[in-house]
Amino acid sequence: MNDAYGPVPRKEDARFIRGQGTFVDDIALPGMLHGAILRSPLAHARIVSVDATAARAHPMVVAVLTGEDLAKRGMAWMPTLFGDVQAVLATDKVRFQGQEIAFVVATDRYAARDALELISVDYEPLPPLIDALTALDPGAPVVREDLPDGNHIFDWSAGDKEATDAAFAAADVVVECDMIYPRSHPAPLETCGAIADYDAVSGKLTMWSTSQAPHAHRTLYAAITGLPEHKIRIVSPDLGGGFGAKVPVYPGYLCAIAASMETGRPVKWVEDRSESLMSTTFARDYHMHGEIAATAAGEIIALRARVLADHGAFNAVAQPSKFPAGFFHIFTGSYQIRAAHCEVTGVFTNKAPGGVAYSCSFRITEAVYLVERLTDMLARELGMDPAELRMRNLLRPEQFPYTTPAGWQYDSGDYPRALRLALDMAGYDELRREQAERRARGEYMGIGLSFFTEGVGAGPRSQMDILGLGMADGADLRVHPSGKAVLAISVQTQGQGHETTFAQLVAHELGLSPDDVEVVHGDTDRTPFGLGTYGSRSTPVSGAAAVVAARRVRERARLVAAAMFEVAPDDLEWLDGKWRVRGDPDQAYGLDEIAKAAHSTLELPGGIEGHLDASAVYNPPNLTFPFGAYICVTDVDPGTGEVTVRRFVAVDDCGVRINPMIVEGQIHRGLADGIGIALMQSIVFDDTGNCLGGSFMDYLLPTAIECPSPELGQTVTPSPHHPVGAKGIGESATVGSPAAVVNSVVDALTPFGVVHADMPLTPGNVWRAIQGRPVRTDLAIG
Amino acid sequence: MKITVTVNGTDYSQVVEPRLLLIHFLRDELRLTGSHWGCDTSNCGACVVWLDETPVKSCTVLAVMADGRQITTVEGLARGGALDPVQEAFATCHGLQCGFCTPGMIMTARWLLDHNPDPSPAEVREAISGQVCRCTGYENIVKSVLWAAKHDGDDGDDADE
Repeated sequence: MNDAYGPVPRKEDARFIRGQGTFVDDIALPGMLHGAILRSPLAHARIVSVDATAARAHPMVVAVLTGEDLAKRGMAWMPTLFGDVQAVLATDKVRFQGQEIAFVVATDRYAARDALELISVDYEPLPPLIDALTALDPGAPVVREDLPDGNHIFDWSAGDKEATDAAFAAADVVVECDMIYPRSHPAPLETCGAIADYDAVSGKLTMWSTSQAPHAHRTLYAAITGLPEHKIRIVSPDLGGGFGAKVPVYPGYLCAIAASMETGRPVKWVEDRSESLMSTTFARDYHMHGEIAATAAGEIIALRARVLADHGAFNAVAQPSKFPAGFFHIFTGSYQIRAAHCEVTGVFTNKAPGGVAYSCSFRITEAVYLVERLTDMLARELGMDPAELRMRNLLRPEQFPYTTPAGWQYDSGDYPRALRLALDMAGYDELRREQAERRARGEYMGIGLSFFTEGVGAGPRSQMDILGLGMADGADLRVHPSGKAVLAISVQTQGQGHETTFAQLVAHELGLSPDDVEVVHGDTDRTPFGLGTYGSRSTPVSGAAAVVAARRVRERARLVAAAMFEVAPDDLEWLDGKWRVRGDPDQAYGLDEIAKAAHSTLELPGGIEGHLDASAVYNPPNLTFPFGAYICVTDVDPGTGEVTVRRFVAVDDCGVRINPMIVEGQIHRGLADGIGIALMQSIVFDDTGNCLGGSFMDYLLPTAIECPSPELGQTVTPSPHHPVGAKGIGESATVGSPAAVVNSVVDALTPFGVVHADMPLTPGNVWRAIQGRPVRTDLAIG
Repeated sequence: MKITVTVNGTDYSQVVEPRLLLIHFLRDELRLTGSHWGCDTSNCGACVVWLDETPVKSCTVLAVMADGRQITTVEGLARGGALDPVQEAFATCHGLQCGFCTPGMIMTARWLLDHNPDPSPAEVREAISGQVCRCTGYENIVKSVLWAAKHDGDDGDDADE
């Protein structure tokens, strides 16, 4: 019985609609100081000197920290989440525009900003490395002299090269393309920030911060500061979105900690929008060469990819450590492709660090884009309809569980059903007829498809970890004497509605109302250890832990109920939310009565300690593999290059939906991401390394005008290994939708002979594609 | 400079720096943290409040410009404990996720409905087009505003007028 599941209103909303949320910058502590960061205007320069004398003399300045000051504390450098190091405050040289150089602490936020102007930095400019394609050229500027390998980070490959080469050699048709997945930024509406409050008497550091992974951050802070881990408490209060931007540890957090230790007072640091866009984690920045091979009849037989990955100045990707290119090797997507091989090379450049962020499911979005663009190009080459080519090559339901050429085991799916539903909802044949009519009238309408398979819920501990921390998550469930419950979880909401969905998960297992379950999250002193909320892992991992804990409570309740009835536990059955005597179902106790008895003086059988509380740690046996079929209809003005997204049909299968209202909200968001990423969101650099996407005037986000009203459909293929059959949904639409938008625009431009155009498909870039004069979309270099 | 500003019906007299932004006056001085700072460039609208009767982006208004004037923020919208229908609508229609843009969206939506009680979806989209939401794709915000248009005057308002 799914009584607790369904579109129940969110518990979180009551505070937000009243303006009573508690975001980091809403918190003010007595005696709190404000920090501001001096950042480098240059992309690459040696630091000759930093003189903070005048800043220190400012009447409202309490402290100034430079890299040298942090070095005395052993905090000038910090580990990144991928085992590299990153400068907290630069001591030797600056490696990207916006890099942190000094930290001013003052009695108000304006004074802190004023004092930044009083710091004098003497730079010796160095030639910057901006174009990733030149990073490995002899004579290229070296970004990281501190490492033995210059600008080279890694070479990594997956799949079977020989088999793939052989399949290509035997193919009737091969299509290939260079494509850029440009650098973007997740741009949550709330920027990153923190308040560090170090209590020298107790030796305890309390840190309110915008963290998607508070437990992992605690472990990291312990390693960096030398404070023992039990003396660090991370509170991640209401977060104004995350999308991956709040997974890494940023220099500002550590500056706030060091400044609080230095001054003995709480120190707040909140970055402004430009700081956020220029210095915190970017996303994507993949330069891909893809090849697809097929028979003349349209059977896809092989896929090959070579990728150059621009990681910026430090390798600060946030992803499982055994996968330097994330999950990119899921790149065969949703198709039965027998042979596949990919090679990825990572390089340093003089740009902000990051790379895995923005709802990408650890690079699956890049992989989906590659295979979905190539599939469309192949359809054109073969003269086949792209829907027909996809239908022909999609995995069949009977092939699941399916092992891909690169070793992924997809858990469940019925792909043709999802694609058929999307085609029906869109009225695909009618759309093609309309397109033909419009073309005859000189109008440019595009119909773009994409089919994606996601892999989310990282992950099995033996294969997936971050800095050696296995990616299992915990849940603690306490049941009070009245039968009301408190669930403490290791993940937390940045808008996804955990307080509601997780209450529903527990309520469903225990015959409660979601209102009877309070969800505690985002506070390391009050919640069990876990790796945090990203990669759509909350429901697949922590949600599963919550269900396992609830089922343990239910089993304890059974023993207590058996004592109450004076029958054997086996004589009871769980039915309609109560333990009932077999054969006499009116003899029943609900959790409220059982909890009361468990806390009472009732004599309990040996081995039962009383109370019903239980906890669980969930180590997922595999990822879950949600999937979907998207169709995007666009209209393109050939005179201006302007693209209008007219319709977006999205069929998603994320297994069992616990709260369908929340699920659909997540999909709405991802479709807007697809429109934004495909059409406008791009962080571009000029040849001196100036970031040209440093404000919302330049880094454009879609508004209500650009986003159409989405048409959603669903199929439900439960995950066979998740306790309630759910799969993650948080990133599906962000992963799946950009390819549909680009396929649609390129489809619209077919009469002009355009076979590919790189994102972002701004009016300028579309117009250049129409003119047959495309330019590099990632650089603003003459 | 000394300014007197009426915020949600209460007068506040205070000495402020001439450069102090209205959003920081509201948040840091008056501790009304419902309105949020989001971008500095008037693009995102997380800071929208009403200056007298008009929605403004309070990150681009100086506090001194509000001297002698009325400010209404999301905290001042509920009347006598009863939520404004727009507030109710956002919760009913899942018009928010992280909640960061929500106060600004609600203030603009209330203004729209006060001036156009029966807007079309396109008019709603235009009204909120100067504001950014990163979570909802706007779909459920539009639905929320249309729901509020239908339910305006259902409750709460009568007792006040």
